Amino acid sequence: MAATTFHKDTWELYKSMESSKQLTVGEKLAKLGDDHPEVVALCADLGKPTRLWDFGKEFPDRFFNFGLAEKNMVTAAAGLASTGKTPFVATYASFLGVLAAENIRTAVAYTNQNVRLVGTHTGIAMGFYGSSHHATEDISITRAMANMTVISPADGAALAEMVEESVKSYQGPIYFRVSRGREEPVYQKEASDVQNKIGKANILRDGTDLTIIACGIEVNEALKAAEELSEENISVRVIDMHTIKPMDTEAVYNAARETGAILTVEEHNIQGGLGSAVSEVLMESGINCKFKRHGFYDEYSLIGKPYYLYKHYKLNGEGIGSVAQEFLNQ
Amino acid sequence: MVKKTSVSKEKIDLIKEKAKMSRLETINLIAKAKSGHYGSSFSSSEIFATLYYHVMNYDPKNPQWADRDRFVMGKGHSAVGMYPILADVGFFPKEELETYTDVGSPFGDHPDMNKIKGIDFSSGSIGHGLSVGVGMSLGARVDGKNYRSYILMGDGELQEGQVWEAAMSAPNHKLGNLIAIIDNNKVTVDGVTEELMNVNPIKEKWQSFGWNVVEVDGHDVEALIETFDNLPSPDSEIPTVIICDTVAGKGVSFMEHGYEWHVANLGEDDMKKAIKEIKGGF
Repeated sequence: MAATTFHKDTWELYKSMESSKQLTVGEKLAKLGDDHPEVVALCADLGKPTRLWDFGKEFPDRFFNFGLAEKNMVTAAAGLASTGKTPFVATYASFLGVLAAENIRTAVAYTNQNVRLVGTHTGIAMGFYGSSHHATEDISITRAMANMTVISPADGAALAEMVEESVKSYQGPIYFRVSRGREEPVYQKEASDVQNKIGKANILRDGTDLTIIACGIEVNEALKAAEELSEENISVRVIDMHTIKPMDTEAVYNAARETGAILTVEEHNIQGGLGSAVSEVLMESGINCKFKRHGFYDEYSLIGKPYYLYKHYKLNGEGIGSVAQEFLNQ
Repeated sequence: MVKKTSVSKEKIDLIKEKAKMSRLETINLIAKAKSGHYGSSFSSSEIFATLYYHVMNYDPKNPQWADRDRFVMGKGHSAVGMYPILADVGFFPKEELETYTDVGSPFGDHPDMNKIKGIDFSSGSIGHGLSVGVGMSLGARVDGKNYRSYILMGDGELQEGQVWEAAMSAPNHKLGNLIAIIDNNKVTVDGVTEELMNVNPIKEKWQSFGWNVVEVDGHDVEALIETFDNLPSPDSEIPTVIICDTVAGKGVSFMEHGYEWHVANLGEDDMKKAIKEIKGGF
């Protein structure tokens, strides 16, 4: 396990230079920028916290700060895309996938523009900043939009790989749902033996008694839960369903057939998120399978420091393990 | 600055005729749909005609030409008045408009960029247009191109907060290649703009946001030509807003100034009267 560089209680930093290592969009775009002059980037006064600035400092003429005006930013990105650009828009998910939802729907999704929306600090990662800064609805909102691809990468390496794919070969709008950048990595940054590919789920651990399907930072917690459950002789498959839409349906079918029980885990309202998306696939498959969604049970989070909040809502490894055991015992 | 136009009387007459044509075809199209936006289409007729028969650079045979000027209708509900002009200048055959509002037709009340040649961006959600223009103008800057983006808005549209986000951002990004056009017809769906939610003083608001502000009679073709001919260079840094003083329902006596005709359906007798007035004046 990589050494943490942030305080476990507050997620505030031990060292500012170590800030948000998993927010790799700007860094990746900076590397791609010379070969891809169509890439431009837009932020709304959060260029540094989202680390989009890593691109901006290399390509200042292709980096636009819109101030605190997300609706204008998103719609302007659509205008830029109509001139042949591939705009990356980054701000906190609560101000992107939630605040600017209508702009995303009408200006980006309906028009099918190549805009890449990066909602960072999603879920409850903002802890005691409160519900205005949480985003536990953004998967639901964006996946309801036709044309939209919805991706929730497990870590910065996965994000960078799919950002690169989105620049080089992917058509149509994408919503990347990203955490705060201080989480533990799942994939090795260099020479990863798993290549994250848009639309293709990753089976990170095989098992026979249960499949946990997770996205975003809950993938790492699901792996921890699987490890703990193995000590109880429960064999758990863990699937990183980073692309929620379009979903890798085969991975769901196989999990249902081969393990007979699926638990979905997300830091999102269970209404409309990953769990809902998996349940739709499962119900229409006709495969008989035990099923449970875990996340926020149609409630807004308490405030608190992130470490304790994830623990409180059983969204850490230990909590997921207990939810899984209870589910299997039903 | 010495103002100049080099436009012949024939050209001016042509633009006036095309504005009339837009109004007449609007009546035909709405008769087919049995509901539509007369008032706000008629207030824009001379603006549409001046842009498409004099001001803008475009190529109907190559609608995606990268160097073309862009036009975005923030007030997308006026599309019914623009479709006949796009057909007339050659983006698509006029006969295609016979499908207007049919199931699967490219032509609905609001324009769709992915279905209609000549539409530079889809619209309908009031208040988005100027932001789209900001993006297009930034795109021109990134590519070192000299085209302009013309964004038509209604005065009611200025009630949308996003317009002012965009208004703030354009001078900040030094977009002299962005031209906002306000069709100030002074009515919205529910009533008179000034009484319902006052947007005045329009001129001073835009001045205070750092725009170059020009006022013009939006039905005076010669004045419109002179205004557009004297815009600052696209490589300048200050965006321009043209506030067009217009009349909702312009050209039909019983529609003029009436918010009741924002969305409506003329009966047979009124339709005959309206056509007669548009053709011959009143």
